[in-house]
Amino acid sequence: MSNIAAIFLKQIKDTLKNKTVLIQFLMFPLITLVMQNTIKLDNMPENFFVNLFSVMYIGMAPLTSTAAIISEEKETGTLRSLMMSNVSPIQYLVATGGYVFLLCIGGCAILCAAGGYTGSCAAVFMALCAFGTLVSVFLGAAIGVFSTGQMMATSITVPVMLVLSFLPMLSMFNSTIEKIARFFYSQQISTLINKIGDFSLNLESMVIMAANIIITLILFLTAYKKRGLV
Amino acid sequence: MSDYTVLLSQIKHTFGEREVLKGIDISIKPGEIFGLLGPSGAGKTTIIRIITGQIKPSDGLSQLFGTDSSQLDGKLLQKTGMMLDNLGLYERLSCTDNLKLFAAILGADKSMIDIALEKVGLSAAKKQPVSKLSKGMKSRLALARAMLNKPSILFLDEPTSGLDPSTAAEIHRLILEERDRGATIFLTTHNMAEASSLCDNIALLNEGTIIEYGSPAQICRKYDHERKINVTLNDGSELEFSNNSSSADKIYDLLKNDSIKSIHSSEPNLETVFTSLTGRRLEQ
Repeated sequence: MSNIAAIFLKQIKDTLKNKTVLIQFLMFPLITLVMQNTIKLDNMPENFFVNLFSVMYIGMAPLTSTAAIISEEKETGTLRSLMMSNVSPIQYLVATGGYVFLLCIGGCAILCAAGGYTGSCAAVFMALCAFGTLVSVFLGAAIGVFSTGQMMATSITVPVMLVLSFLPMLSMFNSTIEKIARFFYSQQISTLINKIGDFSLNLESMVIMAANIIITLILFLTAYKKRGLV
Repeated sequence: MSDYTVLLSQIKHTFGEREVLKGIDISIKPGEIFGLLGPSGAGKTTIIRIITGQIKPSDGLSQLFGTDSSQLDGKLLQKTGMMLDNLGLYERLSCTDNLKLFAAILGADKSMIDIALEKVGLSAAKKQPVSKLSKGMKSRLALARAMLNKPSILFLDEPTSGLDPSTAAEIHRLILEERDRGATIFLTTHNMAEASSLCDNIALLNEGTIIEYGSPAQICRKYDHERKINVTLNDGSELEFSNNSSSADKIYDLLKNDSIKSIHSSEPNLETVFTSLTGRRLEQ
């Protein structure tokens, strides 16, 4: 437990000095706050920017941050130092994944407040964001573990992140894209957040979301088995 | 309980199809400075990873503190200190924050952080981010991190690689201090002079096999077949004689005529031993 706490604390200190990671956590919540409060158009759906950017946020921030942190530690040799100093792979992954997860949940809380969600709506919004963040953390960890360095991690992360983040928005304009996008957890979360007022979890959503988390877990375990942490 | 801090017996290891270690035997007693010498890619770091249980060898026995390396628990690992070839420091964090992390992981007292920084001469730079330090300072910080928990064994992987002579000498002083404290030192290097001056025993590793094992002096003596005496005359010319009685009269004549400027014997060093055994230089 103390190893997890020590690595968690290190991540906080490191992120505060790492502008590229820090900006990923803060950018979407801050942009959403500004846009939600300044842009008002006729016929614009309620909480348009909050709902749109929340899905982009959970498809981008946890994925890119987790992959970036793990791949950087692999490249610089700090991960090997930890592994050779009585830190187990599971402790490292729990500390790093847990840190990214909690930080993103903080960002989601800002988005929730920006949307003015309260009571059961707030609970559903946060639960959906937590699920999406968890899947993205697993996917980011899989990419970070699989990559030999930061460059490789970035080249894998960018297309994955773009697909997950932008499909829900593009599916608003094209029914063919919508048919494909519904198989991704980000699209399901987007659909559910947009119906948050009369929320009900249908079987299709549950099956797709469960399948998504199982697939990302399998991807992570395969990457871990193939490459290990160091 | 084993008499040895480290014991490797017939260790073999393969990466894919490539056999990187082909039956390695090493035994290191407590308080010994052991040097593992070999060119890059010879398998030195792999051996450290096997000893510390990071990877399981394909075959053979590996023990640390008398315990099978695959069974090492947290308490035993906390008795080890590690300085890796790429240092593995967090560049954005300060020297103190780097050591704080590892003090927590290794179970070292927080008071040891300032002591370790003082020992390696980095007290003045303790709040500086690692990215602002010179290469020599980074090496000293990595050594401070390895010494934090007063380990029973220190693994030092190329500790002076790429350092200037004065910083290397400082690292050597710290290594000897650790040995005097009672720590066992496992050193990998391709610097022959470093190994000769520091190590009680060395192993020459080439292509996954130990080709020589023993004290540096022993190994040099073993290959001292072509002993020579080099003489430099007052006129600047150089002469080479066999180091045996047949040369005595000739050297005596030169001495009698007062024509010798300098005279010295020439014994093989580790570099020449390695080159003669493998046909390649260690730095290759």
